[in-house]
Amino acid sequence: MIGLQHYLVVSAILFVMGVLGIFINRKNIIIILMAVELILLAVNINLVAFSAYLGDLVGQVFAMFVLTVAAGEAAIGLAILVIYFRGRGTIAVDDVNRMKG
Amino acid sequence: MIQAFAFYLFSAIVILSGALTILSRNPVHSVLWLILAFFNAAGLMVLVGAEFVAMLLVIVYVGAVAVLFLFVVMMLDIDFAELRSGFVRYGLFGLLIALVLVGEMIVAGGAWSAGSIELANRAAPVSADLSNIEAMGALIYTKYLYIFEAAGLVLLVAMIGAIVLTHRERKDTRPQNISDQVKRRPEDAVRNVNQPVGQGVEL
Repeated sequence: MIGLQHYLVVSAILFVMGVLGIFINRKNIIIILMAVELILLAVNINLVAFSAYLGDLVGQVFAMFVLTVAAGEAAIGLAILVIYFRGRGTIAVDDVNRMKG
Repeated sequence: MIQAFAFYLFSAIVILSGALTILSRNPVHSVLWLILAFFNAAGLMVLVGAEFVAMLLVIVYVGAVAVLFLFVVMMLDIDFAELRSGFVRYGLFGLLIALVLVGEMIVAGGAWSAGSIELANRAAPVSADLSNIEAMGALIYTKYLYIFEAAGLVLLVAMIGAIVLTHRERKDTRPQNISDQVKRRPEDAVRNVNQPVGQGVEL
């Protein structure tokens, strides 16, 4: 039967994959944002799995709030990306020192 | 049996599409793989009986966030080949970090399975006679109402922030000025002239 451990393993693999994605796509900030979404997805799977197996609904409520913040983060991140691209014509983020202002 | 099959199917596709999200050459493909990962993660959540969060995942992530990503990827004219330089060099470092993380997770899992965590009093125990959505609604509109409102505020701030960041006044457009247009009278705009024969009109 499917146990809690199975879910934890899946979400751990997904989390590590997101972290790896941030590192191997250091220059491409769009992929970095997607990797952050993957990490948050792994966190959500974790929260929901614990919530289901421990019989406590708060985990799912918390997963919902994590989802809300992730959506806001994606919107703001992409907006910053758009104005960054408008100013420089590229999205290479090796040297974002410019954003110090 | 069917549950185990569904679990392994969904989790295999989640992991596969997660890997392809970070490895694809084309960012459009990355976004599409990300959408597949979200769908299958929603499937995993349905399997444990969290329908509400699963549907939220499909609606919010696939319907809004992934489409936003697609818009941005397709709107900006980006040279993606140039961005992939240094893939291997960063990859080795990233692999090291990933291995450290995996090790830490194994240690944490071992520590967790060594002694059971007793949850003496659950904050919101699942009741058998309510469906998942009803139970969630009863919870977020009563006990977590203020946090729920704060989440709405976060979304509002994100929306206004995104608009403020990306909005720009364009000089080359001629927008409507409704009040000026409505205030305009025939006397201001029309001039009657008694035009003599054989002369040009002076404007």
